[in-house]
Amino acid sequence: MVTFIIRRLIQTVFVLILVSFIAFSLLHITPGDPVLTMLGTEATQDQIDTLRHELWLDRTLIVQYLHWFTNVLQGDFGKSIIYRESVAALIATRLPVTFHLGLIALILSTLISIPAGVISAVRRGSLLDQFITVSANIGMAVPLFWLGILGIYLFALKLGWLPVQGYTSPFDNFWLNTKQVIMPAICLAVMPLASLARQSRSSMLEVIRQDYIRTARSKGLKERAVITGHALKNAIIPVVTLLGIQLRNLVGGSVLVETVFNIPGMGSFMVRAVFNKDFLIVQGCIMVIALVVALANLAVDISYGYFDPRIRYED
Amino acid sequence: MATSLPQTEDLLEVSPRTNKFRRFLRVFLGRKVVIFGAVVILMLIVVAMIASLIAPYDPYQQNLRKALQHPSREHLLGTDPLGRDELSRIIYGTRTSLAVGIIAVGVAAFFGMMLGLIAGYFGGITNTLIMRFIDALMAIPPIMLALAIGAALGGGLGNVMISLGIALIPTYARLMCGQVLTVKQADYVTAAEVIGGSNLRIMLVHIFPNCLSPLIVLITLNLGFAILAEAGLSFLGLGIRPPGAAWGAMVNDGYRYLLTNALLSFAPGLCVMLVVLAFNIVGDGLRDALDPRLRGTL
Repeated sequence: MVTFIIRRLIQTVFVLILVSFIAFSLLHITPGDPVLTMLGTEATQDQIDTLRHELWLDRTLIVQYLHWFTNVLQGDFGKSIIYRESVAALIATRLPVTFHLGLIALILSTLISIPAGVISAVRRGSLLDQFITVSANIGMAVPLFWLGILGIYLFALKLGWLPVQGYTSPFDNFWLNTKQVIMPAICLAVMPLASLARQSRSSMLEVIRQDYIRTARSKGLKERAVITGHALKNAIIPVVTLLGIQLRNLVGGSVLVETVFNIPGMGSFMVRAVFNKDFLIVQGCIMVIALVVALANLAVDISYGYFDPRIRYED
Repeated sequence: MATSLPQTEDLLEVSPRTNKFRRFLRVFLGRKVVIFGAVVILMLIVVAMIASLIAPYDPYQQNLRKALQHPSREHLLGTDPLGRDELSRIIYGTRTSLAVGIIAVGVAAFFGMMLGLIAGYFGGITNTLIMRFIDALMAIPPIMLALAIGAALGGGLGNVMISLGIALIPTYARLMCGQVLTVKQADYVTAAEVIGGSNLRIMLVHIFPNCLSPLIVLITLNLGFAILAEAGLSFLGLGIRPPGAAWGAMVNDGYRYLLTNALLSFAPGLCVMLVVLAFNIVGDGLRDALDPRLRGTL
């Protein structure tokens, strides 16, 4: 198990180095001069030269990269051109917000999807199964920004139950925060929920057919024990893998949900940076998000090794 | 979805001598919901092709005096803040969705499959390098990657297609690589090696065609995902430039006028959902038809 974890850890570091290539190259695939793009046409030659020097753009590509990457390793993503503040500090205020939303969405989607998928599989063909399958299919297809707007229309504008937009820190006003977070968290949860429910149903159906389930039943175990003790344990593995993949969609969804609900998290921050051509922020966001996603996947992989001993001993 | 799952008995009726394609069609179209999906996709294609014939108005024609009208017999879905007919813009929006979907998935499938083929076939260090690069792409959520690349390239519909395409590469590469690793073991590949077939020939003639069926399913499912992602990006304001019509951008345009005419936001979003749902259903149907083991489980 320890070798397994170490191997995955090395892989993660390697992947993050490759992500840094991608993030770094963003500044360089811009058609034309990135400095001009960032400063706009009204910049003076002096400003242009200063920024070019600040970004080390007057050095060779390798030196630029090494300089940038060493800084990134020390948590320094440079200074934002628009905000005139350290990118790392700006990210630090927004990351917890996205994390808060994402965590609620993750808990919601896992808690609902797995039981839904299992029930759907156990009662295959029933009305409940049909309802769950149809809902999951719709959940996979619904644009979450649109779902958010639908929610705002119904629950905020028409019924007045929830605030339209915004985010207050839960430490300032917990009740208001809860009301503000309900809709965005549900929107974020829909896609992972639907896809996890489908996967749970599918792998449960696969497992139920196995001989060891028949054995468990024929030795007189209660159905509940067969399902939760024998079937679910085996069916959960592909679900956990998918959970790792869905984490990306959860983080990705924050771009849309935070924009719709005007929440100051990583997603809306990155969108604004993209339109402001504030490339250092975009680079910083990409690096931080990749780090979070990679670490989450590492955790998933390790739990995967825990659930399925075959993975641990592979090669 | 489970309304009319093909049971084993149904399949037994198909004579083993029926040719493969007819059997495929029979299973594929055996479920009403798949037919529904196929009809929606067909309609999307037809509407996109004849948009100029069926749109009641010019989708770009502004008329501020008629701005934000409620649905009426003249304007079935009302008019947008610039007085353009909403229905006509939705009809023209089919073109954007379809074009972005097809081109983004085309780019992703082509490069992803090539990378996967090379990685799987040569193995060793080539495999490690390619697949770790793919892992790196996978560490960034597709919509964020597309957003970042789109920003660097400078927006516009063409760049959105390319950046979405790049963001979707990983799944193809991974699936292809896995397929190649299995197919590579087959006797006919060894035979081709023995008679001295070149690497390129073995890869393209012997391995590639035998890896395709799960990839076809992925392509169909991805068309839906790409359309969804494009809607998201154009909702954020990346991609289509005014006055072009894209469903995601229209949802955003209508957002501020929810209380005046909610349809401006609701209708285009509903179209996105229907189309994506259709592609997902057809993708599932294709998988069932191509891979009998998975039939009805998803």
